[in-house]
Amino acid sequence: MTPTTPLGRTAVALDQRFGGAKFMKKTFNKVFPDHWSFMLGEIALYSFIVLLLSGVYLTLWFKPSMTEVVYNGSYMPLHGVKMSEAYASTLNISFDVRGGLLMRQIHHWAALFFVASISVHMLRVFFTGAFRKPRELQWIIGLVLLVLAVIEGFAGYSLPDDLLSGTGLRISQALMQASPVFGSWMAFFVFGGEFPGLDFIPRLYMVHVLLIPLIFLGLIGAHVGMVAYQKHTQYPGPGRTNRNVVGFPLLPVYIAKAGGFFFAVFGVIILLGGLVTINPVWLFGPYVPDQVSAGSQPDWYMGFLDGAVRMMPNWELHLWDHTLSLNIMIPGMILPVVMLAVVGAYPWLEAWATRRTGEHHLLDRPRNVPTRTALGAAFLSFYLVLFIESGNDLIAAAFHLSINQITIAFRVMIFLVPVFVFWLTKRIALSLQRRDVDRLLHGNESGRLLRLPHGEFIEVHAPLNERDLARLSANPGLAPIEAPAATDDAGHPTPGLRVKRLQARVSHFFYGDRIVPPSVEEIEAAQAQLQSGHEPHGELTQH
Amino acid sequence: MTPSPQHPSRPQAAPVAHQWRATDLDAAAARRAERQVAGLFATSALLIVISVLVYGFVDWNTSIGLPVVGDVNAINFFMGLSFGLGVLCIGLGAIHWAKQLMSDIEVVEDRHDFPSEPQDRDQLAETFAAGVAESRFVSSGIMRRSLLGAMALFPIPLVVLLRDLGPSPSNGALTHTIWTAGTRLVTDVTYLPIKGDEVPIGGLINAVPETLRAIEEREGSLNARAKAVIVVVRIDERNIVAQQGGSASAPWDYKGVLAYSKVCTHVGCPISLYEQRTHHLLCPCHQSTFDLADAGKVVFGPAARNMPQLPITTDAEGYLIARSDFQVPVGPSFWERT
Repeated sequence: MTPTTPLGRTAVALDQRFGGAKFMKKTFNKVFPDHWSFMLGEIALYSFIVLLLSGVYLTLWFKPSMTEVVYNGSYMPLHGVKMSEAYASTLNISFDVRGGLLMRQIHHWAALFFVASISVHMLRVFFTGAFRKPRELQWIIGLVLLVLAVIEGFAGYSLPDDLLSGTGLRISQALMQASPVFGSWMAFFVFGGEFPGLDFIPRLYMVHVLLIPLIFLGLIGAHVGMVAYQKHTQYPGPGRTNRNVVGFPLLPVYIAKAGGFFFAVFGVIILLGGLVTINPVWLFGPYVPDQVSAGSQPDWYMGFLDGAVRMMPNWELHLWDHTLSLNIMIPGMILPVVMLAVVGAYPWLEAWATRRTGEHHLLDRPRNVPTRTALGAAFLSFYLVLFIESGNDLIAAAFHLSINQITIAFRVMIFLVPVFVFWLTKRIALSLQRRDVDRLLHGNESGRLLRLPHGEFIEVHAPLNERDLARLSANPGLAPIEAPAATDDAGHPTPGLRVKRLQARVSHFFYGDRIVPPSVEEIEAAQAQLQSGHEPHGELTQH
Repeated sequence: MTPSPQHPSRPQAAPVAHQWRATDLDAAAARRAERQVAGLFATSALLIVISVLVYGFVDWNTSIGLPVVGDVNAINFFMGLSFGLGVLCIGLGAIHWAKQLMSDIEVVEDRHDFPSEPQDRDQLAETFAAGVAESRFVSSGIMRRSLLGAMALFPIPLVVLLRDLGPSPSNGALTHTIWTAGTRLVTDVTYLPIKGDEVPIGGLINAVPETLRAIEEREGSLNARAKAVIVVVRIDERNIVAQQGGSASAPWDYKGVLAYSKVCTHVGCPISLYEQRTHHLLCPCHQSTFDLADAGKVVFGPAARNMPQLPITTDAEGYLIARSDFQVPVGPSFWERT
């Protein structure tokens, strides 16, 4: 077939050189499942594109320099004030470059969207078990992206060198300096000597506009490429199995939907940039190391660390003429590293405690894996306690409470709340499973009352529809691994017994407390009976 | 491939009928949807043109008063509004198009197996082993070890070249400030010397060394300021429980006038919230609280060390001067701190 259109001729010319016809055909026919929760990762990707676009614009005017200048731009309250060139050029972008403030605010809002959407996307992935084999590497890439996004965001809001961000930098410098053995060397190398020095903003600028964005491009490319190659996970539903993907093709539906969603996200960010003030650095003033404003708050994603630092008791060790600042190291370094390690290792921990069942492409409903859901909720509550503690001064002022008592209460809550949330979430998940079993075996309440010939009143139950049946019967009903006997039949000791026993114990923690889902036969019999109009009797089977 | 336990064979169920959309059933509804999509795109184009006109024709210094928000810059507001809505309309148009006029019947695509065929894996292992054998990487220990050794050493210059990122911290920068014996205490910003007798009881003065201004102009950095800033307070002498040093002949205060570092010993925030009645100094960053009437002791919060006290006295004219530098390092802690 000879192409007749210009597009066709271009395609042929490209195919003669690269031979991509088969690949493109497959790509156009690629199926993506539809669900609102799959759009969270898209928001992250689109805000990243907005960040690149608006960031390039800002670099045209921003001057990453700590050289002192006297401000003489059009923002009158700071006229004649000495400040760094970085801060002066940020004021210039905000007040003397037309539309510059709009771009600055678009950039800042996009950054907040970026970190927030990555976080919520990761929660979705966690609670639905999308991190399981074969997607463990995606989980790790996502975690690295989250960490980089937080660092990149922190670097970005530190660059204007205003009083608020300078205070944040001071704290980060102290965190570095308080590290054992190499701490002061590290701080002196990063800042080019003492705090604040003259080198840090230019160095941070390079990291912010070149180093981390490059890593972002590589990792985001790998992440999206792997989603395409491994195909997307899907929620259980009629016709959906572990071996297929049910949804809409890329051409035309997802090109229109995803492309349209990019413009929707971009549009919303522009609207926020135009209508909602964010980070008004001109109100904070230039950074001077001897000033600070009360109620200093970092951007929200640094809040949990700030809360941890506020909550920590003032432990400091003095050993052999050296100082070990536990009050800074534990909340500022050890805690975030442990949190990351736990999150990063989780897919392998769960797989180890589970009978391996190959690849997982069907997502879990959170209730069907109660311990995972409860662990996730407990982790989230731990994070939130830290986050709320970072506003302890605001809480004290708003509710006329003692800031000391609030902090002491949070020191207790950080241990108690996650335990309570774990227990509560697990109970709720198990109860929801019971409800599912009930509906599978007894159908939906129809609200229709019947009086039988002998006078008894019954409520007619209706069979489930295909969609609910597929969803509700998708419970894998995972059972724990049992520990092997100490010796085999011939009396030989079992190899690796201690590890296997530990595995069994962990597995019991995960799956010991369970509702056994009804078998396919039981469900079929119950639904057939409902179909024929006879209410199956008998109590809900409890195991 | 064993069937997944999450995929039991389908029991019989009440079927879900496909919900046909109005645009599937009614040609007029489909045309209406087409017009809606085109309308959104046309609105977008109009809004984008408006946003450019706003940029070109609205005076940059115009601000408009809005309810709740207050005064905002007109270009920022109207450009953000028209540009944002314009871009949003493209997105809404495309999504509306997809949802109303493109097929909403789901299609099925099979997954492929990720693992390679066993013979391919075996061949790969053979190819790799043959390549390694041919290279003699394993059989020739001397070449392998020398290569690994060379590879381990070659990045070292790259690391060494980073040495001048910063000076050594052991040059006294962490332990000394520009305060010396006889340096006058002057008010921050205005650089006026402070008469010891004129400090009111309960008052707090932010102060710096007299020599700071010249040093800042010479060095062009804020490093000296970051360490040398102090607060001067006066507490009724009867209420002073303890100080960090001094003797009856050479006290560290001057008639209840005390000078303390302003840099928090926790993570270095400047402290300025002073409560007159309790003599407490509160850090706004992490709420460490120091009792200035009791040797700058930590009474609450994550800070571990007392706020360092600067020994002061007065000169012949009655102005406050330092007796010496701080006796302990100021600011956040560090490993080498004794």
